[in-house]
Amino acid sequence: MQRMPQWADVVLIPLISLLLAALLSALVILAIGENPWAALKLMVDGSMGSTYAWGYTLYYATNFIFTGLAVAIAIHARLFNIGGEGQAMLGGLGVALVALYIPWPHWTLAILGGAVGAALFGAAWAFIPAWLQAKRGSHIVITTIMFNFIAAALLNYLLIGALKPSGSMEPATGRFPEATHLPTFQDMFSTAETALFRGAPVNVSFFVALLACVAVWALIWRTRLGYEIRAFGQSESAAKYAGISPTRIIVVTMLMSGGLAGMMAINNVMGEAERLVLNAVEGAGFIGIAVALMGRSHPFGVLLAALLFGFLYQGGAELALWTSIPRELIVVIQALVILFTGALDNMVRMPLEAMFLRLRPAPKPARKTEPAE
Amino acid sequence: MDFLTLLQVLDTTIRLATPLLLACLAGLFSERAGIFDIGLEGKMLASAFLSAAVAAATGSVLIGAAAGIGAALLLSGIHGLASITFRGNQLISGVAINFLAAGLTVVIAQSWFGQGGRTPQLSGNARFETITLPLAAELRDIPILGPIYAELISGHTLLVYVALLAVPLTWWVLFRTRFGLRLRAVGENPAAVDTAGVSVVGLRFAAVAICGLLTGLAGAYLSTGLQAGFVKDMTAGRGYIALAALIFAKWRPWYALGACLLFGFLQALALRPDVIESTIGFEVGVQLLDALPYILTVVILAGFVGRAIPPRAGGEPYVKER
Repeated sequence: MQRMPQWADVVLIPLISLLLAALLSALVILAIGENPWAALKLMVDGSMGSTYAWGYTLYYATNFIFTGLAVAIAIHARLFNIGGEGQAMLGGLGVALVALYIPWPHWTLAILGGAVGAALFGAAWAFIPAWLQAKRGSHIVITTIMFNFIAAALLNYLLIGALKPSGSMEPATGRFPEATHLPTFQDMFSTAETALFRGAPVNVSFFVALLACVAVWALIWRTRLGYEIRAFGQSESAAKYAGISPTRIIVVTMLMSGGLAGMMAINNVMGEAERLVLNAVEGAGFIGIAVALMGRSHPFGVLLAALLFGFLYQGGAELALWTSIPRELIVVIQALVILFTGALDNMVRMPLEAMFLRLRPAPKPARKTEPAE
Repeated sequence: MDFLTLLQVLDTTIRLATPLLLACLAGLFSERAGIFDIGLEGKMLASAFLSAAVAAATGSVLIGAAAGIGAALLLSGIHGLASITFRGNQLISGVAINFLAAGLTVVIAQSWFGQGGRTPQLSGNARFETITLPLAAELRDIPILGPIYAELISGHTLLVYVALLAVPLTWWVLFRTRFGLRLRAVGENPAAVDTAGVSVVGLRFAAVAICGLLTGLAGAYLSTGLQAGFVKDMTAGRGYIALAALIFAKWRPWYALGACLLFGFLQALALRPDVIESTIGFEVGVQLLDALPYILTVVILAGFVGRAIPPRAGGEPYVKER
């Protein structure tokens, strides 16, 4: 069977899907009586117009890189981890415990400890659904949804009870000690004369997220485990025949997925809030689904898609501030991106494939046909 | 707990179980036909908003409910298009529909009413009135049975009775009609149905449409029966609880009634922490009651207490052999 060239699959289809989503969003903005062009300009200005704006865009993007990688790595094993939200919540709990109860001498050690704590808690939350899928055949989508709700109830319970400092009325932990505060971009890049990224929450965990992208890339395409994960995702029966244990792949992949989702907490809990509050994740776990689908489950694609969603998120906040368009417009755009890149993929792909088939020059009879470039 | 408090809690149970039951039966039709639907939540939410909005504008709850059902059917259509026609991933489509509804309802509500994503308070004919069953007042004085009839069985809105009647109706349609047999067959072995000359696509679209109708009723009940108006995210995870109830019920209508009543009871108890404390003697966290439906479902899914086996062809798009 003839297929389209690779660049069309990797670049063209996501772009067309994105355009369709943007077009429909523009129609929604028109329908509520606002100007889509003005809205877009406001979003671009508000998310990329200054280092302050960039500081927010990159901060959100950091969250989405972690949750996007979490979903992406699971997709390679054909597992749909919809529980990033709950795993990121538990990651926050891990960071909070590490930061509050271990006396860290310096932030460099604290971020390492925080990352380990976050990853462990996130992975632990993914472990039960993974184990149930591998051993009992329980559908991982349903169990991870259930675990999102259980995580919310658990955090609610802890933040109202055990973790709340005595005398406080707010459902949140106490502030983390000074030594665990991560340097922000303002601390790192501002010079004496010019202050850059002033007041923006983006911090050193952005670089950890970039490292995570590289690590996931290396793991998936440069290690034996990554090969096994991809083989399992392509064909479970073939993987079994090759001696790959499904149980091991499901559990290990989900542990890594949960760990990545959990590590988001070093950005939003340790880096920004510097304490654990209720609803700290703010839906980033779900945006990870859109990011992974948009990024075609490749770490570089995830990075680009996370930046795009960082832009949408910060731009949407600006929109809500300056116009009557509510913040929820971003949820609509996010839904459309998931719909077009995930569920309606074939709607874009089928006509495109047909077009490329027609454009391809007919093979000359005497020579062997070469694979289409 | 005295008798009257018990009646109150059970009365709340019925009211809270109704949207769960309608959504659960909606999911039952869809999943029995092999279409997974995690978009129940979104469809309920869309219907809840449009029901309340149209009821507020026209002053008629019936027109409102019809509009709400229309909204749910529209989202069902998208789900069908994605998962049946274009053979996309049904789970991803469901996730997209949930977000679409969560976002659009607030954006449109803000644009139409400008009240921070809510609709105006509904009253009078814009809401479903409670129905007093015949002889409720006369029979009230009979000990035990009288109050049960007058308080518990009588005095609900129309949709509560519709939901309860939908249970035997669903059973009858699925297990006693030709359509039901084919619908179940299409969820187990679509190739066989296709071989018999019955349209797989047609049956699945029919199932998805029934799912839209029932989630539409569930949403309409939320905003015009249970409460008086729409507020942002008012479904509050009920679509997922319904999904949990569906698994808990092992995809069977009568079991679904039981599961929804159980989960409704847990929700009703969560509203009355004082009753729990006085009955069992110690305090139970509200969070535990909130999480209990999900925990129970995971336990059921784990297969330690009776195994839940989904329809075999669930979640897989049907590709005709050529």
